[in-house]
Amino acid sequence: MQLRFNLTLGAALVIAVLLGALTAGWIAPFDPVMDADLMSSELPPGGEYLLGTDGQGRDIWSRILYGARVSLAVGVISQIINSCIGTALGISAGYFGGWWDDLVNGLTNVMLAIPSLVFALAIMAVLGPGLASLLIALGLTNWSWTCRIARSSTLSLKSQGFVQAAKTAGFSDLNIMRTQILPNILGPVLVIGTLGIGTAILAEAALSFLGIGIKPPQPSWGNMLSDARELIRAAPWAAIFPGLAIFVTVLGFNLLGDGLRDRLDPHMRTRKA
Amino acid sequence: MNDILPDPVLSVRDLQIGIGNKLKIVHGVSFDILPGETYGLVGESGSGKSVTGLSIMGLLKRPLNVTGGALHFLGHDLRRIRPRDHRRLRGDRMAMVFQEPMTALNPLAPIGRQIAEMFVIHRGMDWSEAKAKAVEALESVRVPSPEERARAYPHQLSGGMRQRVMVAMALACRPDLLIADEPTTALDVTVQAGVLELIADLCTAEGTAVLLISHDLGVIANMCQRVGVMDRGRLVEEQDTKALFENPMHPYTRGLLAARPRLGSRVPGERGRLIELEQMVADEDRGHDVPTLVTPRGPRKEVTA
Amino acid sequence: MTVAPLLEIRDLSVHFNLPRLTPFGMRRILHAVDGVDLSVKEGECLGIVGESGCGKSTTALTVMGLQEPSSGQILYRGQPLSGPGAPGRKERARIAQMVFQDPYASLNPRQTIGSTLLSQLALHGIARGSEASDRVADMLVRVGLSPDHAKRYPHEFSGGQRQRIGIARALMLDPEILVLDEPVSALDVSIQAQIINLLMDLQETLNLSYIMISHDLSVVEHVSDRVAVMYFGRVVELGHWHAIFSRPTHPYTRHLIGSVPNAEAVLGRSRGVPDPVAIPEGRRFAPDISVRPEAGASREASSLVEIGPDHFVRLADSISSPKAKR
Repeated sequence: MQLRFNLTLGAALVIAVLLGALTAGWIAPFDPVMDADLMSSELPPGGEYLLGTDGQGRDIWSRILYGARVSLAVGVISQIINSCIGTALGISAGYFGGWWDDLVNGLTNVMLAIPSLVFALAIMAVLGPGLASLLIALGLTNWSWTCRIARSSTLSLKSQGFVQAAKTAGFSDLNIMRTQILPNILGPVLVIGTLGIGTAILAEAALSFLGIGIKPPQPSWGNMLSDARELIRAAPWAAIFPGLAIFVTVLGFNLLGDGLRDRLDPHMRTRKA
Repeated sequence: MNDILPDPVLSVRDLQIGIGNKLKIVHGVSFDILPGETYGLVGESGSGKSVTGLSIMGLLKRPLNVTGGALHFLGHDLRRIRPRDHRRLRGDRMAMVFQEPMTALNPLAPIGRQIAEMFVIHRGMDWSEAKAKAVEALESVRVPSPEERARAYPHQLSGGMRQRVMVAMALACRPDLLIADEPTTALDVTVQAGVLELIADLCTAEGTAVLLISHDLGVIANMCQRVGVMDRGRLVEEQDTKALFENPMHPYTRGLLAARPRLGSRVPGERGRLIELEQMVADEDRGHDVPTLVTPRGPRKEVTA
Repeated sequence: MTVAPLLEIRDLSVHFNLPRLTPFGMRRILHAVDGVDLSVKEGECLGIVGESGCGKSTTALTVMGLQEPSSGQILYRGQPLSGPGAPGRKERARIAQMVFQDPYASLNPRQTIGSTLLSQLALHGIARGSEASDRVADMLVRVGLSPDHAKRYPHEFSGGQRQRIGIARALMLDPEILVLDEPVSALDVSIQAQIINLLMDLQETLNLSYIMISHDLSVVEHVSDRVAVMYFGRVVELGHWHAIFSRPTHPYTRHLIGSVPNAEAVLGRSRGVPDPVAIPEGRRFAPDISVRPEAGASREASSLVEIGPDHFVRLADSISSPKAKR
């Protein structure tokens, strides 16, 4: 019951955000950048402007819808990069062992020791702001948990009969990793990836808030918060709604990840049956 | 009825185990265990022999539960007993030895401490006295240099030693009933012989009744006075051990006896083909009670608990 | 000139390094397999029996190329199957295949039975398309399953059926040698009989050679033509199955046979352990089974000595002084 609830609510929130991002062009009443009108700045929610306007008179609802595109793109794409790196390193380390395993392990530990946001900050400083550099910065800094899980699952799978049987049948190591091991660890990797999307969205917001993520006037939830900082007393809605958008989206992905984990965990499944 | 026989330690009547009323796993099993007797339950995986043992201990895991029948142990009605009273009986009056000693022992506590805990909980001893008793208990299960071993952790012992420790723990409070569920299945054959001999010796000396659950007819034959054969959740046959091997009545028992590979039964110059169970018993004959079971208390069907 | 046996294991040793007890302590080496010589003739079943840690499984894995030998050789028809000059993984797959102990862990839960079997045919270019599916269907029937089982996943099968699938998979590439690692020990008694009979039928019809690893003496007695008894990395007794079981001679073999619970004992038909063969005067059995060997300890020189037709037992090389004789 509890499990079903997590999964359903998570999926509903994520789908809602996704729809908003995809249909922003049609459902947003105003252009998020061009429709700046100082005459109508800091208007409270209601009326013509559903969620009010910011300091430059731009419609917050429209900016949140367009900002969702950035957040989702950054969250999903950077996590796909992370999952690919982590899975490839983890499987190969667990499968081959030896010096390669030691190297990957060492690298993972280093990555876990550096706060990933600080690392991403450093990469952004080198690459400069923008969507592409955000994807690179966040896609290279959050693969360690995936790598760990992939490695430990591979270690336990490696000694199982079906992997040994594939070896004795003459399959190459690459083939065994792809057809025998990968399908069996996809579940946990997917779960970690989903949970990581929330982290990546938060990281994007933080970087944009600090002014090195998405360049204004291009809307992103992080730089919207950053802009609203000075108006927090005069126009609190300018900060509240982007913050709420982040909250709802991250919550959605976390619930989805939790729900998926429970769903894919074979022990949970038998207990329910 | 038969008044020469003592009252049974354990009396199981028409025991039914299942998940609610939907799925039945044990369909009405009845047997008695007399004081000091070793009773064997033999069957294949899924026959319901292990859950029967667990239900007596009150250790059935949800969603499994006892859905019908009666369980009487030393005057306690185990189906109506309060959970805390059942817990008090466990380890004290009834004890269990499991197949896998590594999972049944606490990996983070020295074994001496784990045995001593039994005396502290059930006998109210203080720790120093209990530890001395634990060393005695280890000595009784023939663990060499018991004082030293009492300080060892489970992973530092071999499989056979761990199972001896389990036996020492189970018998620490001199229970009236020991339930041994496949106690030697995970052990090597030379180690198995020692552990079985130990269980037999200690229980005979203390007059402990034993419910031995096993798939291995050889083990059952060597340990038990009476044997119940379980198949598909039913007790299909019950006889004195000797009679069971001499004259098995249920076709399933006959099939089981014939199908097992026996040492020394291959004829030189021939291939060692085995008789398959299906040749001996038709599928529709399986999982039925035989009309009358031979029991020490007379025909089972007349007894109501 | 004798023809080289189908498979020969020559002076095989496999050592594992154990962690040191203290940071600068002695290096400890586990002799998992220590100088094993065995051979398998065509169409024969060699049973290797022993208890956990005796090295029987390591020997099997070495034959399969899943474990590198520390020293010694494995020869297939006189050609090396290990070390330099050994064939690649693909070539070797056509020579020997393995049936694993645990029928639950030995099948990929995410692959249908059909795709597991078909992928082997595709990899080796044996058959494609409908010919390949026909081969899979034939093989499933051969091991006692039905062709439409190919569409199902492993969790839809019982333990006995999975072991049949494991056998089908091992036979798909038409190998000459099958290594059976405890093929029935995870199965119920009634299923054991079915699988043992199936293995014996397949051996006859396909002219297969088996190496069967087992801790279960009665299974080994039923299936094997020749039997090797292993104890702490060494073969202590070797010979025709009937010689081993009717005249067990090495103290360890006798101990092993004597430990098997014997149901017939309740009927007063106790079999007991049959009499041993007399060993040459002045010779001792090796190793001494009353002392448990320490990891890394040096071993007494010993060798397998023929004490009867096709019956060998391990004796210490040192011959007692004549004074000791009577």
